[in-house]
Amino acid sequence: MIDWFKYSSPKTFYPIAGKAIPWFAAIATVLAVAGMYVGFFMAPTDAQQGEGYRIIFLHVPVSWMSMFIYVIMAFWAAIGLIFNSRLSGMMASALAPTGAIFTFLSLWTGALWGKPMWGIWWVWDARLTSELILLFLYLGFMALQSAIDDVRRADKAGAVLALVGVVNIPVIYFSVQWWNTLHQGASVSLTRAPSMATIMLVGMLLMALAAWMYTAAISLMRVRCLILEREHHAAWIHELKEIKQ
Amino acid sequence: MNWTSPSEFFAMGGYGTYVWGSLSVTVAVLFVEFVLLAKRRRAALVRIKYNTTLRREVGK
Repeated sequence: MIDWFKYSSPKTFYPIAGKAIPWFAAIATVLAVAGMYVGFFMAPTDAQQGEGYRIIFLHVPVSWMSMFIYVIMAFWAAIGLIFNSRLSGMMASALAPTGAIFTFLSLWTGALWGKPMWGIWWVWDARLTSELILLFLYLGFMALQSAIDDVRRADKAGAVLALVGVVNIPVIYFSVQWWNTLHQGASVSLTRAPSMATIMLVGMLLMALAAWMYTAAISLMRVRCLILEREHHAAWIHELKEIKQ
Repeated sequence: MNWTSPSEFFAMGGYGTYVWGSLSVTVAVLFVEFVLLAKRRRAALVRIKYNTTLRREVGK
C-alpha cells in the first residue's frame, strides 16, 4: 500500500518533483516538434478553410487544456479542504496561472481564427462568453489568494471559489449543443468517430499531449517555488544542496 | 509535402497573419512564463541562502 500522506509532505515531494521536471519538459518538446511537423507539413490543406484551418493545431489543444487545468485545480482544492494538507493548496495555486495563460491563448487563437473565417474577431456567443468567464474565474482565484495574507486561509478561500466555478466547465463544453452558436460543434468526441482526417487528428492529439506535458513541467516548477517561499523557515530547506552550494 | 517554396509556406495561402500570429504569441507567452518562473526560483533561493547565513552568524 502506498503511503499517500508521505508524498503529501513538501519535504518528500520537493526532490521528486525536481527529478520529474526535466523529463516532462523533454517529452513536451519532442511531442510539440512532432505535432508541429504533422500539422504544418503532413496534414493536407482543408477543403473549406484552406491553410487557415492550421490554427486548429494550437487552438484546440490550448482550449482543452484551459478546461482540464481548471478541473485538476478544483480537484486539488477539494482535497485540500477535505484533508487540510498544505501541498494540495499549493498544487491548486501552482496550476491557476498556467490555466489562465491557456485560457488567454484559447481566446487569442480563437480571435485570429474567427476573423478570417467568420469575418469578426469576437462575438458574444455562448462558447466564447463562457470561455471568457473561465479566464475571469482563474484571475479571480489568483486575486483572492493574493489578497489574503495568511496562506492557509488564502488556500481555503481560493478552494471554495475554485469549486463553485467548476459549474462553468460543462457549460463551456456543451455550449455548442445547448445554444445556437457561431462556434462550430466538436470535431472530436468520445461517443462518435471524429469528423476530420486521421492525419489532422494525429497532429492535434500530439499537440494536446505536448500541452499536458508542458503543464506538468511548468506547474511542478511553480509548486517548487511555492514550497521554497512558504517553507523557507523549515530545517530541511536549509539542508538542500541548492542552498548549501 | 504541401509546400513548393518557403515563401509559399510563410504565406499560408493568404492566412499567414492569422496562423503565424497564433503561433508566435503562443510560443512567446509560454516562453515568458518559463523565464519568469526561473527568476522567481532564483529569488527564493537567494532569500533562503541569506537567512541561512544569518542564522549561522547568530549561532556563533
